[in-house]
Amino acid sequence: MNIFLVLTFSGVALGAIYFLAASGLSLIYGLMDVLNFAHGLFMTLGAYAGYEVATRLPSSLGAPTLIILAIIGATLGGGLAAGITELILIRPLYGKPISQILITIGLDLAVVGLLMGGFGSTALQIPVPLWLIEPTHIGGLYLPNANFLAIGGGAVVLAGLEWFLSRTRYGIIIRAGVENREMVRALGIDVGRAFTLVFVIGGAMAGLAGMLYSIVFSGDLVSPSQGDSLLIFAFIVVVIGGLGSIRGSAVAALVVGLLQEYTSFYIGGHSGWAQIGDLSTVLLLAVVLEIRPRGLFGRVA
Amino acid sequence: MRWRSRRIGVLVGGAFLALFIVVPFIGAHVPWVLPGTLDVVNSTGTLEVLALCFMFAGVAVGYDMMFGYTGLMSLGPVLFFATGTYVFDIALTRWEWALWPALLLTFGVSLALAVVLGAVALRVHGIAFAMVTLAFAQAFYFLVESNPHNLTAGDTGLSLSYTRLPSFLSGAVSNTRNLYWIALAFLVIAYAIVWLVTESVTGHVFVAIRENERRLEVLGVRPFRFKMVSFVVSSLIATGGGIVYILVIGTAVPSVVASTTVTLSILIMVVLGGAGTRWGAVVGAMVYIYLQQYLDKVGAEPSFTRLPAVLRVPLSEPQFLLGAIFVLFVLFAPGGIASLVVRHRSRRTLGAPALSSLIRKV
Repeated sequence: MNIFLVLTFSGVALGAIYFLAASGLSLIYGLMDVLNFAHGLFMTLGAYAGYEVATRLPSSLGAPTLIILAIIGATLGGGLAAGITELILIRPLYGKPISQILITIGLDLAVVGLLMGGFGSTALQIPVPLWLIEPTHIGGLYLPNANFLAIGGGAVVLAGLEWFLSRTRYGIIIRAGVENREMVRALGIDVGRAFTLVFVIGGAMAGLAGMLYSIVFSGDLVSPSQGDSLLIFAFIVVVIGGLGSIRGSAVAALVVGLLQEYTSFYIGGHSGWAQIGDLSTVLLLAVVLEIRPRGLFGRVA
Repeated sequence: MRWRSRRIGVLVGGAFLALFIVVPFIGAHVPWVLPGTLDVVNSTGTLEVLALCFMFAGVAVGYDMMFGYTGLMSLGPVLFFATGTYVFDIALTRWEWALWPALLLTFGVSLALAVVLGAVALRVHGIAFAMVTLAFAQAFYFLVESNPHNLTAGDTGLSLSYTRLPSFLSGAVSNTRNLYWIALAFLVIAYAIVWLVTESVTGHVFVAIRENERRLEVLGVRPFRFKMVSFVVSSLIATGGGIVYILVIGTAVPSVVASTTVTLSILIMVVLGGAGTRWGAVVGAMVYIYLQQYLDKVGAEPSFTRLPAVLRVPLSEPQFLLGAIFVLFVLFAPGGIASLVVRHRSRRTLGAPALSSLIRKV
């Protein structure tokens, strides 16, 4: 039972990271019809920005301050990279969804190549404060502190995003655009600015996701290809949750995160089944598509 | 007009084919064009690089039929490529089957996989189809990596055992020539299949699906069956490529033959050459593999390491340069190399209109 609870806890933490990665993708797709392959790159760039902040700033600031600054740096880095991408590469190709997909693929390849040249293809270590590595003892359970960080981060962003999308002018424009872009444009509202905004928000969440993934699930390591492997799961979450739906992404991310933790512990221990955790997510995707092709919360195609 | 340019195309293609057939007999020394130790035309290294070029060109033509002609953006060709590599490798190495039964099994497995996965994935359209095929391919990667029943050897990689192969195919260096011709034959066969299919009535339906699927449905044609044919034939060609790969390279490693990188490379080759043109895909694949190998060798040359870091780091990463070239093509020449070579030609067969109509869709 105790093991089950600990697994649940880390499954929720993994789900929180998937949510951060997937909700941006889903919003971008919902509003602009762009399948953003560079989203994995934004995650990787966020993690590297965090690494730079944590190692370049004087260590006299103290490890806790440094890691908080690094997480902020990762979020800003991801958002900045996404904003620049939208303005320079996506904008000239409006109305050409296939070209937009292709250009994000090319960008991902090019910049990951650049990262390998600049930082080397081996993983780098982010210095973290001791309390992130230690567990907290609650009611007979030892829960890793890093998991609290991921769950807290995911919850704050989910709440913030819900508030932004339902209470602010731009949030409402974005939601309306996801629902019916042509109608919003016909009402004389500049959707182009909303496009850039959605990219920046999505990129910032991706940067945060990349950094948190490094801290929580990858032993404080950053590597050039980490975002690309996370991206596959983000895609799976987006399709299961329904393209364009934030709530769908949140629910699907939790389900996928928990499923992956449970299956990889309970089944993955047997020889030859080590990858069952990853495999089970794809099987879930196939089942969902068979029963409900538009995803859990997707609009009617 | 169209017939004349087609005749020129056949002549140019035939001339290149004739040249490539006799390349193993040419011992000429060509500096610059071929990098480093590869500068002798018929050296083992050069022949291997060229064989890789032909293999990928064949796979790319098959992908072009599905993506460029039918408008199906599958992100799963690597699944069928890796099926070819692994099933063939396992049958020969683990089960010690003979060549022909192994070939039969490999194509049989690939056909069954293509029909089942096609039936599931073709239920959805556009971007969702791309994501579903991507997820299936990734599942296959996880499966291969997990080394089920000790069949695939996981990350260690599974080397091909040559004992059951006829002697002219064994891994000996003197046989590189034979493998080179086999790769070239694969390209010719793949190209011929794609040619026959795309020029047939079925091929015309493919283009009609790409242009406007709804219109076909209204006319009473069921697009599903045609999309299935396009998907299955393209997948079988990818499987053939996987078999040629394992014969030429001799080892299957998941991160090299089964990862999404392979899919993206194939997609880039086709777009770089010109989607929906057949020969563009061949040119795109040759240019891509050649640049990849060339840039890799150049980056390691001593004169290069003296450059300042700002120039040296990006220029010594083939992946960066290929990605950047691709981005420039998508921005400024979306019809690929084909649209730069032939500007004014019939609308139905050419790259630029083909891609722009792909782009107008969705």
